This record gives sequence, structure tokens and C-alpha cells, in this order.
Amino acid sequence: MASTLNPTEPQARKLDTAKVRQARNTGVILILLSVLVAYVFAFGTSGDATFRLSRPNDPWAVPNLVVPAMAFSYIAAAVLAFLGARQFVRGGVRWTGLSMGFGLLLAVAAFLVWATAGKSFSLTGMLQATVVRAVPIALGGLAGVLSERVAVVNIAIEGMLLAGAFTGALVGSLLGGYVGLIAAVAVGGLFGFILAALVITYRVDQIIAGVVLNLFVLGVTSYVSSQVYQEHRFLNDAPVFRPVDIPFLSDIPVIGPMLFQQNIFVYGAFIMVCIATYYLFHTRSGLRARAVGEHPQAADTLGINVYRTRYINVTVAGMVAGFGGAWFTLGSVGRFDEGMTHGLGYIGLAAMIVGRWHPFGALMAALVFGFADSMQQKLALLQTPIPSEFLAMSPYIATIILVAGLIGRARAPAADGQAYIKE
Amino acid sequence: MEVELRNITKRFGEVVANDGINLTIRGGEVLGLLGENGAGKSTLMNVLSGLYSADDGEILIDGKLVDFQGPGDSIAAGIGMVHQHFMLIPVFTVAENVILGVEPTGKVDYLDLKKARTQVREINEKYGLEVDPDELIENLPVGIQQRVEIIKVLFRSANVIIFDEPTAVLTPQEVIEFFEIVKTLRDAGKAIVFITHKLHEILDISDRIRVLRRGKIVGEGDPITITKTELAEMMVGRPVSFDVVKEPFAPGKVLLDIEDLTVLRENDDVAVDGIDLKIRSGEVVGVAGVQGNGQSALIEALTGLTRVAGGTVRFMDKDITRASTRARHRMGFAHIPEDRHRMGMITKFTIAENMVLDTYYDARFSKRRVMNWPKVYENSARVAADYDVRMTSVHDTAGHLSGGNQQKMVVARELSRETKFLIAAQPTRGLDVGSIEYIHSRIINARDTGDGVLFVSSEIDEIMALSDRIVVMFEGRIVAEFDATTETPDKNTIGLAMAGAVA
Repeated sequence: MASTLNPTEPQARKLDTAKVRQARNTGVILILLSVLVAYVFAFGTSGDATFRLSRPNDPWAVPNLVVPAMAFSYIAAAVLAFLGARQFVRGGVRWTGLSMGFGLLLAVAAFLVWATAGKSFSLTGMLQATVVRAVPIALGGLAGVLSERVAVVNIAIEGMLLAGAFTGALVGSLLGGYVGLIAAVAVGGLFGFILAALVITYRVDQIIAGVVLNLFVLGVTSYVSSQVYQEHRFLNDAPVFRPVDIPFLSDIPVIGPMLFQQNIFVYGAFIMVCIATYYLFHTRSGLRARAVGEHPQAADTLGINVYRTRYINVTVAGMVAGFGGAWFTLGSVGRFDEGMTHGLGYIGLAAMIVGRWHPFGALMAALVFGFADSMQQKLALLQTPIPSEFLAMSPYIATIILVAGLIGRARAPAADGQAYIKE
Repeated sequence: MEVELRNITKRFGEVVANDGINLTIRGGEVLGLLGENGAGKSTLMNVLSGLYSADDGEILIDGKLVDFQGPGDSIAAGIGMVHQHFMLIPVFTVAENVILGVEPTGKVDYLDLKKARTQVREINEKYGLEVDPDELIENLPVGIQQRVEIIKVLFRSANVIIFDEPTAVLTPQEVIEFFEIVKTLRDAGKAIVFITHKLHEILDISDRIRVLRRGKIVGEGDPITITKTELAEMMVGRPVSFDVVKEPFAPGKVLLDIEDLTVLRENDDVAVDGIDLKIRSGEVVGVAGVQGNGQSALIEALTGLTRVAGGTVRFMDKDITRASTRARHRMGFAHIPEDRHRMGMITKFTIAENMVLDTYYDARFSKRRVMNWPKVYENSARVAADYDVRMTSVHDTAGHLSGGNQQKMVVARELSRETKFLIAAQPTRGLDVGSIEYIHSRIINARDTGDGVLFVSSEIDEIMALSDRIVVMFEGRIVAEFDATTETPDKNTIGLAMAGAVA
């Protein structure tokens, strides 16, 4: 005879769940941050930190933001300690991610205040630089999104950025900025196509194919820039796209300089992110592309050409990365230097993961990295006690913290990284 | 609509999967295609659905010759297939899955999801399917997912619908509902092909039966007159016994004592929810349940493959809740895993290498970290012979063995040493009848020699044949328990419990 056994509520028992473990770790980190803020940033600091919000020739002047350094740091430390302690009691489990995010924000703010104590610092300038520096990362991340959504892992973004930078400078020097930009996009697309051919048709391991392309681009561009450009300097002297002010919007304090006094790379990045979002989530082709990345066999049985979809997306991803690469030369210094992308392509991939394979997510993550990057640059000018080499590490440290700590397990497209072999 | 397959032949290298098959499929009729795994049923249907191209033979639709270059052509010709492993994208909604490949669009390639939803609702109403078009597939139970597959083929106006082993993942109650849907479709004039190896199902639903063995049609039958035994004999090619011979039930003392065991999935969902279970020596405890109700997590916790979130497991009065897998193994645990390719063997290794995966460190097989291969070969050859593993030599790549022989190899490795407790998870899934009989006899042999056995299966018949005690798992809990030593429990009651229908 059947006998029903007593059902028990799982909530009633104390379980060793992943959430509880995560809450514990978060608590420890927050309390360590609190100690850091209290002892390093607050202790013995005096004076006010002045943040300038508008620049001398802005149409509307906004008063400066003045923060008493020591008081702010002690308050931040107290809040951090409170948030950390909350993680150890049951109620904190629900807000773990939020607490961590807010805690990090506070710690960064305390750091900024400490570094600026007794001095003044242009916040608007830093935010403007944040957006500028986020562009190559966002475009790299967007290229990553486009190719990983069809399940091709694109390590070659770094190489595509570098190839775009190189081509932009070379063709730009000879034929002008716009032709250089188009050439950079075309070369990026070419490398995308080569990657697609290697991994889709010839089924080379995706990571290896990407690394091979990166090394190839690095080798060729470094050779040319060290051997040829030394002799013929006119080949490496491209025009730079100047910022274009957007009427009215560019006059808004803080936001205006950040978003509406930029060059075409910044506007291009924003537009591409919007188009990519529409494409992936609101069109037929986008639905098919995502299906190919999630379950290629299912897509195949429904008559979708898996290989062609992957070719197209990876090639377009290469074009986006080529455009992003041109930023380094045509959008910034007008000159190509060896290895000038400095691994930003990889950080772009990190932005893609942090942004959960969504174009807007990748953009937001790129802005965080851009912030870390521009902050280290501006702080180097303020002469903080921290050696500038350490400050220069901050974008990379931000990458590690975000990818390893904050995000937890983001879900990649299910077939990501796997070759599809048609039966 | 009438589809005729003429003399279809399909080879994979040396293997002839389909050998000159003739078959007719008619509208308003359910054609039952019976055969063991590897008999060539799925290959035949993949030829019909355009996934494979036949090496020989032709396909006629309403008397006209057709040539399928790919699945697209066959879909266009009105042939739809519901695969054994659903071809659904878990992170897409029902509507998105249904329209994929034939999407309604507006300007600028705009995806018209609103229209898609309406169309899904229309099909829902016409055939009484009741599926919410906006739900994500991963949130739906398998029974509903299968309906989504059916909507998919109907959305493409299929007139022939092929079901490949459609009941493998369903609860008994879902099977009944599924059969109702199949009847509705048949009465609406669709031609249905029902592929299975389950005898009672094919008798329940088919209007006509064809039996496939080793790539050939070996027989046919009228479901009203033919018996299960006759069908089984046709399918296997020799008389089959459905009974398992075992010694009288003589349990010893409690071996494994599980108390309030809770196991979580990676996302903190509760997989096993406070289970209490005692298993004695000389006893087979059968765990019945539909896949995904916590059986796998229970086994992983018992074998030390996953972290236990709460509760204790004691083995011969020792707390082993956090003991390592090897420690458990040394205490006498044997484990036949549910997926031999993922957990039970390394397909690219040889048979000999696979045979010592668990004992390679033993002094018999290695000294000072150097393998004593001659000893390994000799031992493997002996054990393989004992366990009826059919091979040419122990140096064969294990992946090249047939499924039944692979599983016998796993069983041989696990049981050829001193064991006290056997965990067997779906040990006969996808095997031929001969291997099933053999593996059942080995499990019963372990019980008769005093091992405790935990036996997990989603096939009620198998559970009832082997178990001394049956527990039913549903949503991570044990919802019912049956004593099978004194009287035979009612199959319907077990089925209801598997569906969670216990007050």
C-alpha cells in the first residue's frame, strides 16, 4: 500500500547553499574594504576634495562639488562595515549582489576623495574621458557578442582591433580619414572571415585559431611599424576625426561633454549597439542567429543554414572590431604604434561576459572599464602617493574583480565554442 | 496523403542501417514502427525527414517521386518530425521556437511576435493543446515541451508526423494525454508514424504495426490480434522471457542509512528535498520516478560526486556524508552511472584501460606509479570473459563496442571486485533485450550474494521486475513507498505517484 511521507519545507532547515557561501564571501570583502577605507583613506587625511563639474567656457556654470575628505571616508567606512555585517545575518542574503556593487562604488568614491583631498579635480573631464576610453572596449565587446551569439568564441578581437588601427593609420595617411576608416572596417571584416573559415569550415580549435590570428597581426604590424615607418614617416601620419558637437544637447552640464561633444567613433559605437540590439532581439535574422548559437542542430532541422549564419555574423563582428580598431589611430593619436591596443580586445571580451552577451550590457561594462582607465590617467596628474604603474593596472584589476567576483555565473550561448558537424 | 518508401537503403561505412525497406504511410492512420535500439528506425525516419540522404531507393508522395536535399525540402513536402531529443531552444519562448525558420516578418526584417502568438493560439484551440506561447521552454515540463514540438510541425502544415520514441521522457499520465493528442491528430486526417521499442504502447495506439530488425522489415501485425510475446520475438529474433529469477528475499542489517538528505542544484534549486531511506543488505530498493525529479542528484550525493547541503548519510554505521568518492569506493560502493559515455567509461581508451579506471592504483596493477600492463591485460581479459563482454581483444577501443557490450564492460569493472553496495542508475537504457536480461541477472546476483542495491529507473516494468521495495521520487521527495516482496504493487498507483498525484 502506498504511504505518504511527511513533506518538509526546505526553508525551515539551515542549508549550505551557494547563496549563503557567496554572502559570506561578500561580507568578508566588504568588511575588508571598510577597514581599508577607515585606515588608509580616512586616517590622517585632512582638507576638502573639490570636484569641478563645469569647464571655463561651458554655457551654464555648475558650482563645484566640495566634499570634506576625512568625514566622507569615515562615513563610507561605516556604511561598508554595516553592509558587510549584514551579509552574515540571514536577511543580507537577498541583497548580496547589490550590496557588493554599492560597496565597491563607495570604496571607489572614498579613494577618489582621498586622492583629491586638498586639491581640485575635473570630474566632467574624467567622465568625458571615460566615454572616449570605453569606445574600443565597447566595440570589442560588441564584436564578441555578435560572434559568440552564433557560438564562435572570438579571441581574435584583439588582433582585429590592431589590424583596424594599423589599416586606419596607413590608408588614412595616404587617402584621408574616411577612406582609412572604410579600409579599417574592410580589413576587420576580412579577418573575421578568415577566422570563420578556420573554425567553421576547417574546424580549427576556436581558441587556437584566434590566438594564431592575434600573433599574425601583431607580428606583421610590428614589423612594418618598426622597419617601414621609420624610413617613410608620411605613411604613418593620418588625420584625426575631431569631436562634433551636437546642437543644444552638448550644452547640458556634465552630460553634454560626456555624450554629445565627441567624435564619430563614440557616436558610431552608440548607434552600433542600438542596431545590434534591434538585430539580435527584434529581427528574423537575429532570432535565427541566436538559435544557431544555442542549439545548432535544432536550427539545422528547421532548415536554417548554420554555417552561413556563422560566417555572416563572424565577418560582421570583424567589421565592428575593425571600426573599433580605427579609433586608436584615426580617433585618437593619428599614428600607429607597435601593439598599441594593449590587450583592450581581451578586456572587450570581459565586457561581453560582464554584459551577459547583450550589446547594451557590453557597453555598460565597457564604461566601467573606461572609468577605471580614465581615473588612473587623471590621478597620475594629481600626484597621489600610489606609483603610477600601480594605477595603470586599475582597468585590468577592474576586469578581474568584475568577471570573477561580481557577476557570478552568467550564461553563455549554450553551444558557445563548439564546432557544428553536420551529419 | 500517402507516402511510400521504396527499397530504402542507407549505409554508414560498413554498417547497413537500412536494408531495402518498403513502407507505406497513410493519412488518418497510426503506423507503429517497432524495433530495438540500433534496428534502424531512427535512420529510416531521418531519411524521410531529409536529414540523411538514402544510398539507394526512392520516396514517393501521392505517387510522385520526391528528392529531399535537406530538412527544408521534407518540411515543405508536409513531413514533420518530433525528435526523441527535443529540438527546442531552452532560452526561447514557445512562440519563438514554433516560428523558427518560418517566421512572420514585417518591415526591416522585423520579427512579428504578435502574429506568431496568435497563430500558436489558433493551433492550440484547434487541437486542444493548451500551451502558453509566451512561456520559456526551460520552465515547461517535458510533456508540454513535447506539445510545443507538435505545434511546431503543425505550424509548418505537416500532414505526416513522425514521433521518434515519444514516450521515453513522459510520465505514465503524460503518456495517456499524449495518446489522446495523437488520436485527435489522426482523426483530423494526419498520417502518424510512431516509433518505439515498447510493446504495450505500440499495441495501444497503432492501427498497423511494422517490425524492424537489423535494418530490415521482419514482420507486421494487426494490433488487435497479435500478442506481446509474438511481437517481442519478432523484434529480438528469438523467444524472450520477461521474468527475472531471484532467490527468496532475505535482508540482512541496514547498510546505508540516509537521513534528511538535501542536495541542491548549481542554481540553489532543491534537487533532493530531505529524503530518509534505509537500504539493507540483500535488498533491491527501486527508485521509480520521471527523469529530473532528483534521482541523479541523490546518486551523485551518495557516490560523493556532489556536495551535500544538509542531512547525513551513514554506511555500516560510519558517517560518510562528506567522504571522498574514492573512500566510498574502497568501502565497497559500486556505481553503474546513468550515462555511461559521460561518467561510466572513456570511449577513446581500450577495454583494458577502462577496466582499471577504478583500481589502477592498486598494488596489483601498478608499483611505484609505474603501470604493470601485462597484469592489467590478463585481469581485464578474464573479467571481460566472466561478464560476457563480446570483443576481439582487450586492446579494442571501448567506444567501438556495441552499447550492450559497453555497459557490460562497466558492470564488469564495478562488480568484479569485493562490493557491498551497488548503485545502478538506468543501467539498461538504450540496450538490446539480450543485454538487458544479462545486466538484470548480474544485479540480482549482487543482491543474492548480500549486497544492498539502489536501483534507479524510469521504466516501471523494470523497477517492478527487480525491486524488493519500491520508492517513488517526485520533485526531490519520496512521495510513496511500496513493499514488493509480499504482493505485487499496482502499476497504476505507482504511475500516479510518479506524476505527483499523491494526496
